[in-house]
Amino acid sequence: MTDPFIKIEGLYKIFGTDPESVLPQVLEGRSKDEILSETGHTLGLKDINLSIEKGRIFVIMGLSGCGKSTLIRHFNRLVEPTKGQITVDGVDVMHLNRKQLESFRRHKMSMVFQRFGLMPHHTVLENVAYGLWVQNVDKKTRTEKAKQWLKSVGLAGYEEQYPSQLSGGQQQRVGLARALCTDADILLMDEAFSALDPLIRSEMQDQLIELQEKLHKTIIFITHDLDEALRLGDRIAILKDGELIQEGAPAEILLHPASDYVEAFVRDVNRARALTVETVMKPPAFRITAETIGEALEQMRRLPVDYGYYVSDKGYQGVIVQETLEEAVKEDAADSVSEQVFEEVAAIAPESLLEEVLPETLDKDYPLPVVDSGGGLCGQLSRSSIADALCEPQGKEGEPQGKEAA
Amino acid sequence: MAESSWFTDFPAMERSDLLTIRKTLDAGYREFSRTYGDLIESFFDPLLSFLVWFEKLLLASPWWAVILAITFLVYTASRSARLSVAVMIAFLLIGYFGMWDNTMRTLSIITVCTILSIALGIPIGIMMSRSDRVQSIVTPVLDIMQTMPAFVYLIPVVMLLGIGKVPGVIAVVIYAIPPVIRLTNLGIRLVDKEVLEAATAYGANAWQRLTGVQLPLSLPTIMAGINQTIMMALAMVVIASMIGVKGLGQPVLKSITNQYFTLGLFNGLAIVALAIMFDRVSQAYAKRTQRHLGGAQHD
Ligand SMILES: Nc1ncnc2c1ncn2[C@@H]1O[C@H](COP(=O)(O)OP(=O)(O)O)[C@@H](O)[C@H]1O
Ligand SMILES: [Mg+2]
Repeated sequence: MTDPFIKIEGLYKIFGTDPESVLPQVLEGRSKDEILSETGHTLGLKDINLSIEKGRIFVIMGLSGCGKSTLIRHFNRLVEPTKGQITVDGVDVMHLNRKQLESFRRHKMSMVFQRFGLMPHHTVLENVAYGLWVQNVDKKTRTEKAKQWLKSVGLAGYEEQYPSQLSGGQQQRVGLARALCTDADILLMDEAFSALDPLIRSEMQDQLIELQEKLHKTIIFITHDLDEALRLGDRIAILKDGELIQEGAPAEILLHPASDYVEAFVRDVNRARALTVETVMKPPAFRITAETIGEALEQMRRLPVDYGYYVSDKGYQGVIVQETLEEAVKEDAADSVSEQVFEEVAAIAPESLLEEVLPETLDKDYPLPVVDSGGGLCGQLSRSSIADALCEPQGKEGEPQGKEAA
Repeated sequence: MAESSWFTDFPAMERSDLLTIRKTLDAGYREFSRTYGDLIESFFDPLLSFLVWFEKLLLASPWWAVILAITFLVYTASRSARLSVAVMIAFLLIGYFGMWDNTMRTLSIITVCTILSIALGIPIGIMMSRSDRVQSIVTPVLDIMQTMPAFVYLIPVVMLLGIGKVPGVIAVVIYAIPPVIRLTNLGIRLVDKEVLEAATAYGANAWQRLTGVQLPLSLPTIMAGINQTIMMALAMVVIASMIGVKGLGQPVLKSITNQYFTLGLFNGLAIVALAIMFDRVSQAYAKRTQRHLGGAQHD
């Protein structure tokens, strides 16, 4: 495999007057509280290892004070690590001198802040163009680009306003436009939407997803809100007290939480809205391939169940149940299998949310076929798989689970 | 010695020892000022010639031209017609009561002192804000400058440079510069951390951060410092007149020694008028440049 786009290895951060002296104790594995009470130093981050792929949204999640802001500030070295390696697109960030670091920050990364971090004495337009001003880009180019980005975040016409004249949501749009205006590959977003009202926040999330579909940036997104993490993240990393607890795809985190801490986090999530069919479906077990109805019934009788998915060389065709075949055989066993014997049920797509397919799945006695965009049968989704996925994570004793329902 | 014990009397140093210390220090300093006095004086020559030129300019120009120029400046800075008219009336009254020449002299020395204080004070304040060590060194020095009676540091200045305009300016600047230094330092340290961080995150270098974020955002605080500096410089004018600075301070000094109450009052009022004028104009200017902050966002 090729090297990941961004790589963090063995990263430690200790806050205090003499971090080096405390490092041995941290390496020994003493806890954050012990270190604070014995040495007066705060353990910010402990042995963080991360690989981030290009073009993805990587979410870092955790409760307040767990070190999220500290971690994201290491990517552009707004915070100096006590120990560790940071590599971005082949560049060893730790070995950049001051000039190189400035240039790296100008061209490689841009940042969006929780409390917006806009310059109150500059107009909206000047704020958006700030990154280019720092780069000494000429005024005409600056203005043109800033106007264009302002338009793409839906704030055309606000150019000459000052930040204090805008609402929170609008200010953060300016923050986003400023970040996009430098054409940096990487976007660092530190709780960018946390200060906004829920409705505005969800609008901003939509806007970010929409922009990302066009731009394919590598986005590091910090949040303390799991719903936001699941909605935006291609991968999610969970931090606790400066330690990385789990890292994985959203479904992985939801379905296989690595610890009680993560489990407590994921407990209240609306799983039906967070999980896709793909993540809970089973491989398709029962295929029927016979040409005629008679042969199809033969095949069906050998199966342990009374349904099957009819698949031809053109891919998935439909669902057949035994009952229908038996009726059809009475008329003409040599007739070829066709539309007439298929059940009236639409196949579902692997990327649909469980929420969307829930009613239909519950309605049918057999698992629904999952068909990919190429027309191939790639899985089946039963009531019991859905029930398993929607209930709390398994493996905790004593919790009765309603999966016998199917 | 035997009859007085350390228990009842403070075990003070022998008088003769103290005398020796004083004599040595005084002699040393006198020696120093004899050797380097001329050199240091010539160092201040450009300042002196500027002072003389500026004072001459104010005195030689026709009074109505000066009033028009001042009113124009006041209006450009404050954009307030009321303030401009008030300033014009104040100057007319000052002239009518026969204090025109002294007021011009004071105005010129205050202007020079203010420019000098700003030119020295803001860079020092910036350096203080960038390093806690510099701050811990400069702060006690400022404390001394503000609390040491002005007469005390007039002595070495006069010994070194004699009596005249330049020592006067130095004394006034020493007395008046602390507020602008302190408030520049404070203003920069109080700049919103996230805004400064944003500048750093976009790759701004130290100079871009200073001129693009730190100074503009701390400007209201710095302006407050400049304002106080001007006020203190005006208050110092009377004391500076003791070492030969001509202006409104001299008649005040004369009226103290001769008990001329009315003369003192009139000249005092002229100083007050100048103070109010500087204060209002600089405040109106500061407010005007900060309008866009809107008071909505910042705490
Ligand atoms: N400059 C600093 N000096 C000392 N401690 C700090 C500093 N910055 C952060 N910390 C500590 O590090 C921990 C993580 O902080 P932070 O990264 O801001 O958390 P989060 O962003 O997840 O809320 C906290 O315990 C905080 O007190
Ligand atoms: Mg934070």
